[in-house]
Order: sequence, then C-alpha cells, then structure tokens
Amino acid sequence: MTTRLPSRPRFATVLLLLTVLVLASACSWVGWDWDTPMSTVMPKSDFGKMTHEIFMLISWWTLGIFILVEGALLYCCWRFRDRPGAPIPKQIHGNTPLEVSWTIAFAVILLIFVIPTIRVIFKTQEAPASTALRVEVVGRQWWWEFRYPGLRITTANELHLPVGQTVAFHLNAPDVIHSFWIPQLGGKRDVVPHRVNQLVMTPDTPGEYPGQCAEYCGMSHANMRFRVVVHPKGEFEQWVKAQQAPPVEPTDALAQQGKTLFAQSACVGCHAISGVSAGVLGPNLNHFGSRKMFAAGLMATTAENLTKWIENPAHMKPGALMPNLGMKGEQSKALAAYLLSLK
Amino acid sequence: MATHAAFMPGTEAKSHGVLWSWITTVDHKRIGILYGTSAFFFFLVGGVEALIMRLQLARPDSTLVGPQAYNELFTMHGTTMVFLAIMPLSASFFNYMIPLMIGARDVAFPRLNALSYWIFLAGALFLNASWLFGVAPDAGWFGYANLTSRQFSPTASIDFWVLGLQILGISSLMAGFNFIVTIINMRAPGMTLMRMPLFVWMSFVTQFLLVLAFPAITVGLILLMFDRFFGTLFYAPAGGGDPLLWQHLFWIFGHPEVYILILPAMGIVSEVLPTFARKPLFGAPVVIYSGIMIGFFGFGVWSHHMFSVGLGPVADSAFSIATMLIAVPTGVKIFNWIGTLWGGTVRFKTPLFFALGFIAMFTMGGLSGIMHASPPVDLQQTDTYFVVAHFHYVLFGGSIFGLFAGIYYWWPKITGRLLDERLGKWHFWLMMLGFNATFFPQHYLGLIGMPRRIYTYAPDLGWYFWNLVSTIGAFVIAVSILVFMVNVVRTQRSGPTAGDDPWDARTLEWSIPSPPPVYNFARVPTVHDRDPFWLQKHGDGHGGKPAGRPAPASAAEIKAIHMPPPSYWPILLGAAFLFMMSGALISIYQVVLGGLLTLYCMFRFALEYHRPPSGGGH
Repeated sequence: MTTRLPSRPRFATVLLLLTVLVLASACSWVGWDWDTPMSTVMPKSDFGKMTHEIFMLISWWTLGIFILVEGALLYCCWRFRDRPGAPIPKQIHGNTPLEVSWTIAFAVILLIFVIPTIRVIFKTQEAPASTALRVEVVGRQWWWEFRYPGLRITTANELHLPVGQTVAFHLNAPDVIHSFWIPQLGGKRDVVPHRVNQLVMTPDTPGEYPGQCAEYCGMSHANMRFRVVVHPKGEFEQWVKAQQAPPVEPTDALAQQGKTLFAQSACVGCHAISGVSAGVLGPNLNHFGSRKMFAAGLMATTAENLTKWIENPAHMKPGALMPNLGMKGEQSKALAAYLLSLK
Repeated sequence: MATHAAFMPGTEAKSHGVLWSWITTVDHKRIGILYGTSAFFFFLVGGVEALIMRLQLARPDSTLVGPQAYNELFTMHGTTMVFLAIMPLSASFFNYMIPLMIGARDVAFPRLNALSYWIFLAGALFLNASWLFGVAPDAGWFGYANLTSRQFSPTASIDFWVLGLQILGISSLMAGFNFIVTIINMRAPGMTLMRMPLFVWMSFVTQFLLVLAFPAITVGLILLMFDRFFGTLFYAPAGGGDPLLWQHLFWIFGHPEVYILILPAMGIVSEVLPTFARKPLFGAPVVIYSGIMIGFFGFGVWSHHMFSVGLGPVADSAFSIATMLIAVPTGVKIFNWIGTLWGGTVRFKTPLFFALGFIAMFTMGGLSGIMHASPPVDLQQTDTYFVVAHFHYVLFGGSIFGLFAGIYYWWPKITGRLLDERLGKWHFWLMMLGFNATFFPQHYLGLIGMPRRIYTYAPDLGWYFWNLVSTIGAFVIAVSILVFMVNVVRTQRSGPTAGDDPWDARTLEWSIPSPPPVYNFARVPTVHDRDPFWLQKHGDGHGGKPAGRPAPASAAEIKAIHMPPPSYWPILLGAAFLFMMSGALISIYQVVLGGLLTLYCMFRFALEYHRPPSGGGH
C-alpha cells in the first residue's frame, strides 16, 4: 500500500512547474497593467488616496503571511514526507505556549490594520465644509442624473467637477438600490431609495474617469455607466456658463423639423428642454449635444447612434424604460439632428 | 421507543423492490447517499450555469446570452451552489459519518431525517422548475429588496425563489435539530464532548448556526412573501417600508451561512490531516474552541456586507473590528493544521492532496477577506470581481476542496471500493490549475474596476485578456470534474476493494466493515480517547500498549439489534408539502387542499408507531 510508483511525484512536479511556467509567461506577456480606466489602485482624490494607503498596508502584511503559511505548508510536505519503513511519528497533541503566542501575534497584526482603518472611516465621513460643491446624484433604472442646485444645472450621465474643490455628493434613488462609483476617485456609496447618502471627496488630478453602477439593479445594470470629467482650474467655470445658457435654437431645416416633432410627440412627457418641455422622468436634454456619450455612457453621441436609439431604445439598452415611439426614417433623423444641435 | 415493528437488519430490500427500499429508507447511510448524489447533481447544474456565464464574459460586448438570461444564471448559480450543492453535500457527510463517528446505530430521529431529505429535494426541484416556465429568479442570490417587489419584478420568478428557499429552510432546520439531539444524546459510552472527533465537532457548531441563522432569513422571506402576495409594504420605501431591513435580515442569516458552508469542510480537513500525517490533530481543543468562536462571532459581523450602504462611522468601525476578530480563530486553525503535519510522516494520498489544497487556497481567501474587513478598502472592492475571487477562494478553494477531501477519504468506507489514486491526482491537479486560472485573475479584474453581476463590458477597460483566461480556467475545472466522474464509474465497476481500514485511520468508523452493515456497530464501542481506533491498533504512543480490537459480536447479539423500520410517510409528507407550496403560484384551492393533505400526512407520520396503551382496538 505504501509502495510508490516513481512516476507519480515526477508527474505532479512536472505539472506544477508547467503551471507556474505558463502563468508566469502569461503574466510577463500581458503584464498586470494597473493604469486602466477603472483602476481602483490609481487614486486621484484625497478619499481614494486614504483608502489606498490602508489597502497597501494590509496587502504587504498579508503577502508576508501568505508566503509564511504557504512556505510552511510546502516545507512540511517536503520535510515530513513518508519514507519507506518510517516508524510511527511521535504522537504530539499540541504545544500551549506556541499556540498562545501565535494567537497573540495574529491579534497584534490585526490591531495594526484596525487603527488606521478607524481613523480613515471617521475622517472620510466627516460633514463637508460649507464651501463644498453640492451635487445631487439620482440613480435610476438605468441612467444617472446629476443636479448642481447651487448652479441651477441639471444634466445626465456626464458629471463635471473642478479639480481641487471638495465635492459633496448627495445620493438618492426614486426606484431601486444603485451604487455610485468612480473607481479612480475612490470607493463607492449605495444609492438607496428614500434615503440621502453622502460621499465627500476632493479630486486632485484633471482627467476623464468612467463610473458605473455597482449594485445590481435589474436588467440593464451592466449598462448603467457614466463619465466624469475633472476640469483643470478655470475650465469648469466655462462649462458651467455653457450649461446655464438657454438651449440654442436650431438653424438648419432638419433640426428645426426635429424640434417641432419633439414638441408635438410623447418625448415631452419625460424629457425637459427649457422653453420646449418639462418632463422629469428621463434625462434633461438642454445641452444634450455637448455630452460625449449618451444612454448612460453606452454610446458615443453621433447622429447614427442617436437615430438607432430613437427608433428602438430597448434594442440598444435592454430593458430601457424609454418606449419605442415608432419614429422612422426622416422623423428619427430629424430628432437626432435637433438633439445634436443642443450644444 | 417506537420499535414495535421490529426491523431485522438486512431484510430491508427483500420484501419490496430496490426503488421502494430507497424511497422508504430511514437509514442514515442511505439518506446520506441520497443527499450526496442529489447535491452532486445540483453541483453539476450550478457548474454548467457558471460555464455559460464564463463563456458570455470571455470577450467584451458578447451577445451569447442576453441580460435577462445572464441575470437568471448568476442568481441560480449562487442559489444552487449554496443551497443545493455545498449545504446538502455537507449534509451527506453529517448523515453518513456522524452516527458512525460517535458510535451510534442511527440518528436520533430517523424518519425526521428522511423527511429532511425529501423536503430538501422538493425545494430543489421547485426552485429549478422555474427554468421550465421560463421565469428563473433573476434578482441575485442575495435578492436585495426592493428590486424583488412586484413593481420591479412582476413575473413569478421571485415567487419561485421565495417559496423555494422557504421549503429548503424547513429542511435545514429539521436536519439541524436532529443532529444536535443525535450528537448530544447518542455518543458511545466514554465519548465525552472533548473526545468527539473534529468533524463531529465542526458539524455540531454548524447545526447551531443552522437553527439560529435560518429563522432570520425565514422572517425576511415571509415579509417578502407578504409584500408580493398580499400587498404589504415591509420593503417598499414609497410606503414607509425600508429595503435595508431585508439586507440586515438577509446578512444576519447570510454571514453565519458562510460558516455553515466552511465549518464542515474544516472538520473534514481536521480528520484527513491526522490520518495521513499519522499524528493527532495539533492542539485539538484550540481547534474546537476556534470553531465555536467562529460560529459565535459569525453572528456579529453581518453588516460588513453593507459597508457601502452608509450605516455611519460607528457601525462601520464596530463591524470592522468584529470582522477582524474572526480572523484570529481562523488563522489559529490554519497554524494548527500545519502543526499537525509538522513532525508527522505525511502519506501523499488523494484525500491529503485535497486537504492541503484546502489549506493553501482557503488561506488566500482568508487573507483577501482581511482586506475588505477594512471598510475604506471594502468601498473599493465590494461588488467587484475582487470579492467574487475572494469568496470563491473560500467556498471553492475552501469548501469544495475540503468536501472532495472528504469524498476521497470516506469513499472506500461508503462503497467498499477505493477510488483510483492516479485519476484522483489528475483530478486534484487539474482542479487546482483550473481553479487558480479561473479565480486568481479575478482579483486583478476587481482591482481594475470590473463590477459583479454585469453581463457585458466595454472593450477599452483592459478586462478582456484575464476574463478569457478565467473562462479557460473554468473549463479546466469542468474537465477535472469529468475525471472524477470517470474515476467513480471505473472503480465501482472493477476497483480494488477497500477493506475496513484502508488509510490506517484513527476514528471509530474505520473499525467496522466497508460498507458498514445496516446497524453500523454490532457491539457499541466504549471510547477512551479522541482517536479510539488508533488507540486500539497502535497504543497512545507514550508507552501505553495497543488496546486491541474488541471481540466480534455473536450472531445472537446481531440478531437482537432493533433498527427503525422503513416508512413511506416522509416522502408522502414531502410531496403533500410541495403540492401545497406550489399552489401559491397556481390556485388558492390547491394551497388549501395541499395544506389539508400535509396535515393528514403529519398526523399519520406522528402516529405511525403509536399503539394504544391497552390491548384493545386494533
């Protein structure tokens, strides 16, 4: 029963080495690129940086423990492997001093994690200064509305922020639970119906960062994305000015036709365009043409995409609550032209 | 008590067919096998669901399955693996091994045990019947309110889920009470609590978690059922309800549930390591106390699933500290297992490979768990693939590896035949390779921002390559499971017989024939140590002589053993109950009729062996 075929350990070793080799070559070939659009380890705000410090602290310690445990395991397997004719080993039942000491060691290591953790919890959940920019975030199935009450701006799926300015996000949802998350700017916070959650941060690097709903919220949860633009100093004010301006009047014929069509159709029931309609269920379209992406960050704002969207929203975003209004050919093209003109 | 209809061992299958003998069985070993085979079947179902998901995610903007199907797949994958695969697979070991390990002839309530199984099967079939009607549950295994309300989930999908889980909960509660009573009352003479084998200890803790945690989710489910069927507003924010109530109730159940899934595997590993290192478990009392501590603290950490909900800094801190605390007994266990190997003579058989795999992989899952025990870090990691990786290292790398260690370890005892070592090691290495290829990259994917429960992703986020690797890994796991199945089929046809004690093991179940006779122990043993069988064979290792095997029982003694007779009331009661529950989706009349049938069956079940005290009447 204890005789061992020489091929067995060799086979296992070969397979193990092969695995390591394949994985190692795969890693070196592709690499682990950490600087990706939704990376959580490239923090670009004070909030993200505080979190990241704790993450790195725990990571290094756990890496050490990992090497210790797996090393001890492999060492035991090699050192104490059964050899032919080995006697029954000494029947050791335990070693109290040893067991007490490693229990205490664990507790001490965990204390090293707990102290900065609690410090950061309280620091990041302090009430924001009164000078903070207030942004109301409304999560809906399946898109995002952003309101700047102090600036009288309402927009959708595209969040604009000034660099170096503290932002206080007030999060709310009219339907189900969502979660507001901009990985490069820091951790997420759930958006809970009939409850106002808060998230405070100060972005410190200008750039464009994708965001996404992180709490499963139904059919098109995967398509509930948004875009964040952190503007360099001065640029944010220009954006604010452009957004505060009334929507432009279309000049070319097709867009004018689109405007008429918009005003006469069911579009007005859900969408607001100052001076045209005042719907509140769908995204505000005042400056739709200025947004780079639409349909919750799903598509680039082009005439072609927009036409397809108007003709069959649920085809582009499954489950989309915007109904198919039966717009065809010229009609959808005219609507697209009008919306694109709303820079 | 009720042993009027005395049942002679070995006569079971003779009067009726084999099928009849299985559906009326109250033998804990047969029920264990029923649990095991059902669980393995649902493990395959959940596995296929996982493979389809992995195919969908293999590349960005994939259109293999739509969002609806994908949402159903991840909901059913989670629900199936937790409730229909890992839990019943553990229950299979509870059933088969606990009586054998404590020197008992059966569990305390054999017919209740059979009823637990049939109700489990009813719940499992009910839940999966939703596929046939094209309304599989689609709100996630955690079923967060208020997405589960009629307003946002108008089809019957959530109804199947709510009712299915309630049926399964009843089964778990009955089994839990049964094993608590069994372990407390039916241990062989001399087996004090501290002499109980570690698997029995960890199972014992698990049963308490079951009976204390399931009421929480039952309350949660009943409120949800009321919301959906009768228009109450417990979770409806617009009506003054609170969707967060569901999260609290769910996780007060959900976190102990994690330990319900892992503790039995920890128990198995604590049996396998001493056997193959030929040494007693290092610091067994500490391992036992750690198990109890884990079970106890398990009830005080639920809100670490809710750090992103916005509970405030005080709650976040408290639950963070509690969660970190639970890492202490867990870490202690890992060191004690390594201490068990230290100084032993380690024999590399397949069960040991899986037990070592358990330690290696569970350690990684535990360490990543410490990371999101810190709420600020968790805010970045929760609901991302980092968490998916974490809990698969715990539940697959932990529970599934541990359960396979148990399968390879006890298979010869259960079937009388050894599984093939060569195929077993192929199974292990392929599973190890596939598992790490599948789930290790998911840590990275989570850290670069890939959220959970998304059916599609954009190509420009850097997620493509490692998702593809993960998909390939999942298929390697599937191949490893096929190797296991080939192993089972081949060795059952023509494998070497095992004998009573193929591993030179330490506990009582190895002192009886393989497979064990219906009555388990011809003569109930007297126990003097945690490793009674080792003591009989090898002595205590400190100069004490081997105690020697007790003399075999005589034919007359065996003839005098009374075993509980078979009963068809458990399966009938299970069927009546299923009929009543499915009525909730069909017609109120079916509910009433089913309720009456259930009551009737309960009545007959209860009075099956009741005889009037005097000789009159029947």
